[in-house]
Amino acid sequence: MITRSSSFYDWAYDWVDERLGISDLAAFARKKTVPVHAQSFWYYWGGISLFLFIVQCFTGVLLLVYYRPGAESFESVRQITYVMHFGWLIRSAHSWSANLMMFSILVHMFSVYFMKAYRKPRELGWLSGMGLLGIASVFGFSGYLLPMDELSYFATKVGLEIPAAIPFVGPAIANILRGGPDVTEFTVQRFFALHVVVLPALFLPLLGFHLWLVQKHGNAMPPSEEAKAASERKTMPFMPNFLRKDIAMWLISLNILALLASVFPWQLGKQYDSLAPAPLGIHPEWYFMSPFQILKMLGTVLPGAAGEIAGILLFTVGIALWVMIPFYDSKHEAGKRARNAHYFGLVAVILLLATTAIGYWTIR
Amino acid sequence: MSSHIVLEQPGVKPEEAGEKATRRAFLIAGTAAGLAYTAAMAYPIYRYLASPEEMASGASAVKEVSLKDAQKLPKGSVLMFKFGTSPAMLIHHADGTWASLSAVCTHLGCTVQYEPQMDRIHCACHGGVYNPYTGANVSGPPAKPLKKFNVAVGENSVEVSRV
Repeated sequence: MITRSSSFYDWAYDWVDERLGISDLAAFARKKTVPVHAQSFWYYWGGISLFLFIVQCFTGVLLLVYYRPGAESFESVRQITYVMHFGWLIRSAHSWSANLMMFSILVHMFSVYFMKAYRKPRELGWLSGMGLLGIASVFGFSGYLLPMDELSYFATKVGLEIPAAIPFVGPAIANILRGGPDVTEFTVQRFFALHVVVLPALFLPLLGFHLWLVQKHGNAMPPSEEAKAASERKTMPFMPNFLRKDIAMWLISLNILALLASVFPWQLGKQYDSLAPAPLGIHPEWYFMSPFQILKMLGTVLPGAAGEIAGILLFTVGIALWVMIPFYDSKHEAGKRARNAHYFGLVAVILLLATTAIGYWTIR
Repeated sequence: MSSHIVLEQPGVKPEEAGEKATRRAFLIAGTAAGLAYTAAMAYPIYRYLASPEEMASGASAVKEVSLKDAQKLPKGSVLMFKFGTSPAMLIHHADGTWASLSAVCTHLGCTVQYEPQMDRIHCACHGGVYNPYTGANVSGPPAKPLKKFNVAVGENSVEVSRV
């Protein structure tokens, strides 16, 4: 029982603890440790992705105050960018953070892959992470259309050709997504509903599950650490050591975002015109550049429908193998499967980087 | 019971004291940094959200409004128009005189109505009544009169200006 002679802080803490049981959380946090080794740097990237997602929520709500989906999409984004005070900064932060978040998620995913942190008991962490990556990609794709400028319009038009190429059901799916045979106001309105309501409703619980799993299982050790005797492994306490470094990484990310958003502000192109031809040098954002380039290359080797189907098959099989890796490389041991998984990962990274680079070099 | 009873120093152990000092320093530095970042972000966000209000106050700095063809307004009728951002009324009375008043009720801001048949201005929200010639508050909740404007009737328009 805390008496008046104890500090106000103690009294306040007790008041909350008796009702919410936060001292259990505090005890858990105090016991939690984080492995320290050469690969520890990669442990921050999940948190950085989370931070950038929080930035998206904040800047997104602010944009929501002035954005109008439908016929006035372009005009409302024009007003935000060029009329409202600091609207350019908020929009710039949102666009930059979207790109930084995709980058951060990919770094996070590949570091998890190469550290083999998908192995038991963390398979569900991997699967939920792949779900989050998928939703994040749709966030990016749907958000990109919302300004309805030329780039948005053509990126969406081309992007929707991918589901349209699915045999039998493809055109129906594309029509439902587009709200008709062409990209119009109907498209931007349903993409808006997706981007602002549906995707957050799917993303947030999955993210909660993903984060809870990380707390439950702790940070995974790479195989090189697991091979060491327990006495040779180093750890640091989560509180305050790792937490301080984590917060420092968030601060660095915030500073980098602020710099990029203010020094390289996002511009707005011309309003979309459904009759205008695609502008020269049209290309998707960098995180879609790889599949875009692969489809282009397959299209030259296998013209027509064959090329499209080959592309879809390649993506589907590749993604399926990637998602199912925890069930292939499941044992905590070195061996053929561990090595094959590692090489598969290297092939994936090199393919992604190479096709992205080629995509940019061949823009006319 | 042993006679060697070692009494522990009450209060804080030395290691804890060192921890508490650095924790305190971290919390103070962290709070200061947090406040600085919050302020740096709050300023643009406030200006952004206040944009329509700031743009409107530019508009409400209007001193004079020209109402084209309003000189044709028949006797015993009213023309509602915007003076800056607020509603206002131009009344051509039955006796030929003109009056222009703010249409914002001084009670709680509802837009008032000119009733020529009763020769009064009435507010539907809470029953306030004003004099349509002077804007004076006659009865009901309003405690202040409606703001008056100057009226200049021209050949092709009526100029309404701040007093």
